[in-house]
Amino acid sequence: MHSEFLMGNAAIALGAIAAGVDLVAGYPGTPSTETLENTAKYRPEGLYVEWSVNEKSAMEVAAGAAYAGARTMVTMKQVGLNVASDPLMSLEYIGVKGGMVIMVADDPGPISSQTEQDTRHFAYFSKLPCFDPTSVQEAYDMIQDAFAYSEEYGTPVFFRPTTRICHAYASINVKDADEYKKNSPEGFIKDSKRWVIFPRLSNANHRKIEARNEKLKDVFSEYPRNMILNGGANAGAADAAPEVSAVQSVTASKKGIAAGGISFALTMEALHGRTDARVFKVATPHPFPEKLAVEFLTGLDEVLCLEELDPVIERELTYVCGKYGLDVKIRGKLTHDTANAGENSLDLIKQYINSFLSEQENVAVVDQAAIEAPQPPAIPIRPPVLCAGCPHRASFYAVKVAMKRQKTIFCGDIGCYTLGNAMPLDMCDTCLCMGAGINIAQGVYRIEPDTKAFAFVGDSTFFASAITGIINAVYNQAEMTVCILDNSTTAMTGHQPHPGTGRTMMGEVVAKVSIEAVLRGIGLEFVETVDPLDLEKAVDTVKRAQEVPGVKAIIFKSPCVAITKPKGKAAVDPDKCIGCRKCIREIGCPGIVINDGFVCIDDSLCTGCGLCALICPVGSIGGEVHD
Amino acid sequence: MIKNIVLCGVGGQGTVLASKLLAAAAMEKGFTVMSAETIGMAQRGGNVFSNIRISDGEAMYAPMIGTGEADLILAFEPGEAVRMLPFLKKDGFVITNTRAVKPTTATLTGSGYDAGPMLEYLQKKVADGHLMQVDGDSAAAALGNPRVLNVVLLGAAVRTGALGLTEEDILNVMGKVIKEKFLDLNRKAFTLA
Repeated sequence: MHSEFLMGNAAIALGAIAAGVDLVAGYPGTPSTETLENTAKYRPEGLYVEWSVNEKSAMEVAAGAAYAGARTMVTMKQVGLNVASDPLMSLEYIGVKGGMVIMVADDPGPISSQTEQDTRHFAYFSKLPCFDPTSVQEAYDMIQDAFAYSEEYGTPVFFRPTTRICHAYASINVKDADEYKKNSPEGFIKDSKRWVIFPRLSNANHRKIEARNEKLKDVFSEYPRNMILNGGANAGAADAAPEVSAVQSVTASKKGIAAGGISFALTMEALHGRTDARVFKVATPHPFPEKLAVEFLTGLDEVLCLEELDPVIERELTYVCGKYGLDVKIRGKLTHDTANAGENSLDLIKQYINSFLSEQENVAVVDQAAIEAPQPPAIPIRPPVLCAGCPHRASFYAVKVAMKRQKTIFCGDIGCYTLGNAMPLDMCDTCLCMGAGINIAQGVYRIEPDTKAFAFVGDSTFFASAITGIINAVYNQAEMTVCILDNSTTAMTGHQPHPGTGRTMMGEVVAKVSIEAVLRGIGLEFVETVDPLDLEKAVDTVKRAQEVPGVKAIIFKSPCVAITKPKGKAAVDPDKCIGCRKCIREIGCPGIVINDGFVCIDDSLCTGCGLCALICPVGSIGGEVHD
Repeated sequence: MIKNIVLCGVGGQGTVLASKLLAAAAMEKGFTVMSAETIGMAQRGGNVFSNIRISDGEAMYAPMIGTGEADLILAFEPGEAVRMLPFLKKDGFVITNTRAVKPTTATLTGSGYDAGPMLEYLQKKVADGHLMQVDGDSAAAALGNPRVLNVVLLGAAVRTGALGLTEEDILNVMGKVIKEKFLDLNRKAFTLA
């Protein structure tokens, strides 16, 4: 054992390595991404790590390896699980031989996601066990438990941290390399009665799954990370090994708090030693530790449930009260005592607990000092924007210029380029989910054939889920232009390699999958690659594409500025600048600023992409720029 | 005892390295450390913050800090100091960089935003002698590398004494966190008055 300061995702990676994981596959997605990256970084000999082309592929690769007796982990964000739900729902019936952990990171807020969906529901829906860590240390320890349970019961299990676990750092205790579990996979043993899914097998296995989950309710009631605490009085951090459930020492309080995930940690902070509430820590929201819940509820009048996303614990406790005839009022999201959307902050948790535990109604106190205090000046809003020099800005601008005054729809997709929606570009009319833009554009075109339909998709998203949409468009004779914004990386999630980059997560150099060849293979005749920073040529390419019928593709190819050396710095010649501010109005680059009323280039941001120099009507912008 | 620190700024200013240095120095002294960072979409020019909590043994469960609980706010941008000010404890310290980073939206709309009113507000709200205004960008530029802004500001924060860490504590762990070839530069930046 030694102590290390680790990000939650790194702790999960090291925990999986300590559990002897043999294969890790995943697709990048905030807040899950660093888990797979850290398994590659700390990779012991014999561990195979890959970025799969999407979550469905990752799930299937991990399942295959687990069929062969390997310990496997698959990583993704919550919306990635939607992509992988097809193999997931069937894998539930087949099961695994080696331990398989499905690490899905949820994103309350949401901070960087499309949805606030709750993976605990997916665990319930797919009938798989779910582990929900409350801290970085617990994430490290618990993922090792998750592998053990998975292997013991022959089923994949969910491991569901949230953003505040994934992206928290803590100094935690981790095992030394000689303490790691060693695993030697048996290999795949042919047995079509076990590995081939047929209705009869599904029926038989469905019965077994239901019986297993009944048993797991009892097993999890004894799982030491599910526990009842005497308020905030239990000394030591939440990470310390718990001393069995301490019911006997619980005070005569008639109120209880049930919590899971980061909300449990925040509850313990908020209670700060006070013991007027019994606390139920739920580490396995599914199957729910029913016996322990009854023990917790017995003797209480009221329980407040503190959890993020959906009221999973709250519904389970309400059910337990009904089933066992317990007269306990369960409060939370369903009773409007807590917010039903967004993250739980420490302030919110304190407020919930204070009003739950206080005897009298909250009386609004007028704070005279606060009224008389100076009011803060207006603080600027800082929405995320495309970086200075980002080639996506130039691609969007080229299409905008080429299609000026025509009836158009610009369907966006998931990635940095979603930020093309911001003013002044305003080039993202729709955004739904990975790869959807290609098909949405076709749908709009069917109803409004006089609209010029465009779909913008990034290179990684192209490989992940755009190809089938393009085949659909070609097969069904749609009229559209597909713009592939190829910056040679998966930028938004922190620059992961993908099939088009010619590098793998294990550092191998491999043949690049050519986007152009894929498109030609599908049957597209107009496929052109253009440098978006060559504005004139880019605009011309977009215009020429409109003269051709059917599905056209333009590959705007220029590397992400965050991983390439700046080309130089632009400079404004103050003698030539007429102050028209067209550069600012047209492209909204954060590298162009106004100082004392004059247009200037911010040297710390400019990459010398040269787009502003091409836009200036009087040629006042020069310096070292892209040519 | 627990020390609560808020680091805040605009994406790309280097708040992460500053929090790593603080954590490494605290761990070296046997303290436990927790922190929470902003990662993802908010990084691209958005406002970012980190919470850092250092405990000498007192039970600590969560990495997040509540309103009125921060012993020190280390702001890389004056408007961001104002944004995070509700987290400051009564008599807590504020170290703020004086240069405003103008958001693209303000440039586009032509709406004014500059450091003056932000700093004036901080002067009114923060207890006497507990506000340090540092022209960190000029100091970093004088050293020939604007990227050491974070370490310049961290030096000022440590010298308040509010963190329970000394200059030596940080200097001792710099070698563990920072690449050899940038070490001298960072040491100079950190000790810059």
